Amino acid sequence: MEKFTTHVGTVAALPYVNIDTDQIIPKQFLKRVERTGFGQFLFYNWRLLENDQPDPEFPLNYERAKDATILVADENFGCGSSREHAAWALQDYGFKVVIAPSFGDIFYNNSFKNGLLPVRMPLEVVRNWEERFEEGTLQLRVNLEEQVIEDDQGGIHTFDIDEYWKNMLIHGLDEIGLTLQYSDHIAKYEQATQ
Amino acid sequence: MGKTIIEKVWERHKVYEEEGKPDLLYIDLHLIHEVTSPQAFEGLRLNNRKLRRPDLTYATMDHNIPTKDRETITDKIAKKQIDVLVENCNNFGVELAGLNSPNNGIVHIIGPELGLTQPGKTIVCGDSHTSTHGAFGALAFGIGTSEVEHVMATQTLWQDRPKTMEVVIDGRLENGVSAKDIILALIAKYGVNFGTGHVVEYRGEAIRGLTMEERMTICNMSIEGGARAGLISPDQVTFDYLRGREHVPDGDAYDVIVEEWKQLASDPDAKFDSTLVLDASEVKPMVTWGTNPGQGVTIDGAVPSPEDGTTDTERRAIEQSLEYMGLEPGTKMEDIKIQHVFLGSCTNARISDLREAARYIKGKKVDKSVRALVVPGSVKVKRQAEEEGLATIFIEAGFEWRDAGCSMCLGMNPDQVPAGERCASTSNRNFEGRQGKNARTHLMSPIMAAAAAVHGHFVDVRKLDAIPASS
Ligand code: SF4
Repeated sequence: MEKFTTHVGTVAALPYVNIDTDQIIPKQFLKRVERTGFGQFLFYNWRLLENDQPDPEFPLNYERAKDATILVADENFGCGSSREHAAWALQDYGFKVVIAPSFGDIFYNNSFKNGLLPVRMPLEVVRNWEERFEEGTLQLRVNLEEQVIEDDQGGIHTFDIDEYWKNMLIHGLDEIGLTLQYSDHIAKYEQATQ
Repeated sequence: MGKTIIEKVWERHKVYEEEGKPDLLYIDLHLIHEVTSPQAFEGLRLNNRKLRRPDLTYATMDHNIPTKDRETITDKIAKKQIDVLVENCNNFGVELAGLNSPNNGIVHIIGPELGLTQPGKTIVCGDSHTSTHGAFGALAFGIGTSEVEHVMATQTLWQDRPKTMEVVIDGRLENGVSAKDIILALIAKYGVNFGTGHVVEYRGEAIRGLTMEERMTICNMSIEGGARAGLISPDQVTFDYLRGREHVPDGDAYDVIVEEWKQLASDPDAKFDSTLVLDASEVKPMVTWGTNPGQGVTIDGAVPSPEDGTTDTERRAIEQSLEYMGLEPGTKMEDIKIQHVFLGSCTNARISDLREAARYIKGKKVDKSVRALVVPGSVKVKRQAEEEGLATIFIEAGFEWRDAGCSMCLGMNPDQVPAGERCASTSNRNFEGRQGKNARTHLMSPIMAAAAAVHGHFVDVRKLDAIPASS
């Protein structure tokens, strides 16, 4: 996994609540057996019109969202299906950070495992950034080590994050490799219980 | 102080704990299917890792398979996913309930059917409705593909201790009201994220009175309330259901294991981090009008308007949903016409669900404006329904009688609802595009869906005297 320490990038904001993983990546694209190449299908039904042309009204298609690497979303982002394809698609599309007031549990976990940083921010802050994005470009600096996000108007916002995951991301660790170091504990547990 | 079943199961599965880290939890049963496993197997291969416990892993194919001529899959990419699963199961030594197996079916239906699902187990699957297995007093939850790979390689997962929540449901259900209505009413009342970060135990007199299949319907939709998992303490109903099933010990060993299972129920003085209550006697048949499972009303109600929202978030959500669903505020639910009916999914495609729907359908006809589908949850359910004559009842009424699979629940196979059309569905998600691009899904119980099929619009089944009181 790639290391994550600090990221500076522009924002794309989606001001809709309860965006489920069915929207992030619709079911017809779950048939692939690879982990890559899902970015082209991100928000497929929302991003593209019937004729497969970009829908100019969809925020990700705004000119200022072209190079966005930070997605600001609303409450309960990533709820629903466990499909990790949602995290793969966001990442493949170019996102490094997703900020929302709250997340679906499974999506939140899936993101970490792929080096996509999910950040919980208070609703007022998120709504403010959504409005700023509606008006123009918004740039954020996300510092994972310090657990701080700075906006381009000098606003400073701290966030909470699980130490375990923070460590994984900062060092770009392979979780399975780490767990395999506990093989003795696992074997002992198996002997004792089976 | 006493312990909850959640704490008991957790304690028993802790392999390793350390301050500042999640607990390393042992997994007793790993269920896999074609859609969320290929990348995990590939990960094992790339890193030269073994599947630690093939004997604790069980595979089925359910999500993308056709329900007509299931042996000939014309969708090439879907076919590849199926072939890859077969190959992976062969290479890694995993038992697979393939298309020709009598054990095949939707992953959350066959686990209990085969007795793989048992009280006190930790069960995971790359599928969010894994909470279904919680009905047996198992700690069962959905995971992503990276976690699937982690379980394959280590038979464990690092998990933060969840918060515990009890949902107490007392009172008696009125005739025509079902377990599906309980869970839809609960989510409508408390919202789609009442359970975030929690494992929920459903308790109370109404829960005790439910059959195993009804309990599964409730636990199945825990994720729709945002919960990590939902479970029910096991009791005699649980033990009776499991007796004699393929993977359940028999003879003296059965008695021994039942004694162990009896220890699992939450202690009377156990404390939960939070509590919600619902009075079952006040639950009415529910129908969703919007694009998340919390956007439901009682059948005698009407489509809400954005002003009915109590928060800004809610008002926004209502507005978004009304637009997608093509509904006007104030429209009576009973006036909404439908074009499709889907009786199926891991929520409501067990034998009792089909019996319940057939009990109403018998001798009637599907309205000519409606296309109706029955998709049994497993091969076993299908056979049993055929033996009991339910299949004939459905076919004579004008339903299509299909093979087992997820089917129109998510429309990964050819079973889809066309754009702009409405479907009365017994599944669990009414998300935008779930059953087909721009398709409009309304969730409800099997008997409500059956009645909608006959009338061509939603109807209050309590008003239909054709419903004999359930046994
Ligand atoms: S029936 Fe639907 S919800 Fe259940 S496992 Fe299949 S796709 Fe998922």
